[in-house]
Amino acid sequence: MQTGRKVYLDYAATNPLAPGVFEAMLPFFSEAYGNPASLHQWGDMARQALDESRAKVASLIGGAPEELIFTGSGTESNNLAIKGLSLGQQAKGKHIVVSAIEHFSVLHSVRTLEKSGFQLTEVPVDKHGVVDPDEVKRSLRKDTVLVSVMLANGEVGTIQSIKDIARVVKEAGILFHTDAVAAAGNIPVNVKDLGVDALSLAANQFYGPKGAGALWLRRGVRVIPLLDGGIQEGGKRAGTENVPTIVGMGKAAELAQKDMPARIKHCIPLRDRLIRGLLAEVKHSLLTGHPSQRLPGHASFCIEYIEGESMLMLLDAHGIAVSSGSACTSRALKASHVLLAMGLSHEVAQGSLLFTMGMDNTTDDIDYVLGVLPQVVDRLRQISPLYHKSTAS
Amino acid sequence: MPVYGEKVMDHFMHPRNVGEIENPDGVGDVGNPVCGDMMSFYIKVKDNRLVDIKFKTFGCGAAIAVSSIVTEMAMGKTLEEAMTITNKLVAQELGGLPQNKLHCSNLGADALHNAIKNYLEKTGQKPVGEKVT
Repeated sequence: MQTGRKVYLDYAATNPLAPGVFEAMLPFFSEAYGNPASLHQWGDMARQALDESRAKVASLIGGAPEELIFTGSGTESNNLAIKGLSLGQQAKGKHIVVSAIEHFSVLHSVRTLEKSGFQLTEVPVDKHGVVDPDEVKRSLRKDTVLVSVMLANGEVGTIQSIKDIARVVKEAGILFHTDAVAAAGNIPVNVKDLGVDALSLAANQFYGPKGAGALWLRRGVRVIPLLDGGIQEGGKRAGTENVPTIVGMGKAAELAQKDMPARIKHCIPLRDRLIRGLLAEVKHSLLTGHPSQRLPGHASFCIEYIEGESMLMLLDAHGIAVSSGSACTSRALKASHVLLAMGLSHEVAQGSLLFTMGMDNTTDDIDYVLGVLPQVVDRLRQISPLYHKSTAS
Repeated sequence: MPVYGEKVMDHFMHPRNVGEIENPDGVGDVGNPVCGDMMSFYIKVKDNRLVDIKFKTFGCGAAIAVSSIVTEMAMGKTLEEAMTITNKLVAQELGGLPQNKLHCSNLGADALHNAIKNYLEKTGQKPVGEKVT
């Protein structure tokens, strides 16, 4: 069964480091180990590295370096944005609006706030996972203090018209945050162009290290810190900065900015080849997310009559790494809220299969998957009681 | 460490007794798509013994492995013996299952018991004792 061939198609989970990133990080584990808060030359070295990384990451998203707060992950950035911005304005109101397909780090942050009296409106999405700016507009109230809609969804790849959504929110004088974790570094993202007040990103989504995230926050916007302590990150995120991973994030941002057109050009044909091939080779399968407004390396499907985890495991036995949003693959054993919000049934959502590709993938990889997957699907359908019933009827 | 042990993987990769039985003596279903797993068991009974068992399962690796090993554990047993197979025994026989899979995917014994009950009902016999959990 194990062929020896390895094909990693789970870039949405995390990326390998781009060439040069690891090397850039290394000195900050060894000779340049100083604390950026220290006043001596060891501190100077670390502080300078931090400043350079801040400039590089800010440049990737078109913001000013002093508007950038380094965090430990995309999840932390989203927590800081949702909780910090809402709590910072609770004198004005306690109503928050988010889309139904947000990442759990946004949705669960709001749930936590609900326990202290905040109210939530979840804006629905259409069958492609698209948020309608008019729906957002209708959900706004006098006491709305924050709206958060993700730029791109990591599970179905759909890219939102954030600019249009931000416009209606800003017209109402309300703060707007976008979770750009799946998008930043992969497609052009510019905070000024988007017109947002806050934006989350994470290094491991653009060939940087895990454990490095950032929140860009427009100058003058008040945020209540999650962590109390020293005055690192302008007092907005206490704790000694993780200098090596931040340096890695800076290097990855620099490379992402420089190589973005080439990366997009590499990924889109692979994505389209997989989508075309899979829909042709596997009957009773459907593409999830938007057919064209989607992330460059993102191909997500539902394969009917079978379940995602069992497909994932059989593909793994063939050396192919993928993800699934099926209930069985989630630790909470719940079907993907994203797929359900898009109107798919529990049964169909169970067949979720997600391929996300990157710079290490080739056309051969895609053809290998297209060779293996139909066998895997057939095998599981032979076992499935649903397939029998559906074909009989 | 992999999520599943060796024995679970063996039964998942090479499931035993997959399929349906033509004119079965009993059929038992369990589960629904919302919880994620569905199992159908088919049995053939001769002289109060399970002479053939087949299954079809929609679900995760654990659900498929559970179904497969239940057919092996019950094959050739009397109906009374088969009714003493519990979901807990099935998990033990597989060398353990991840904690979060113990309830939703470990329903093979229930499906088998449902098939036996269906057989007893169809043939107008009294139910035999069932061990739960």
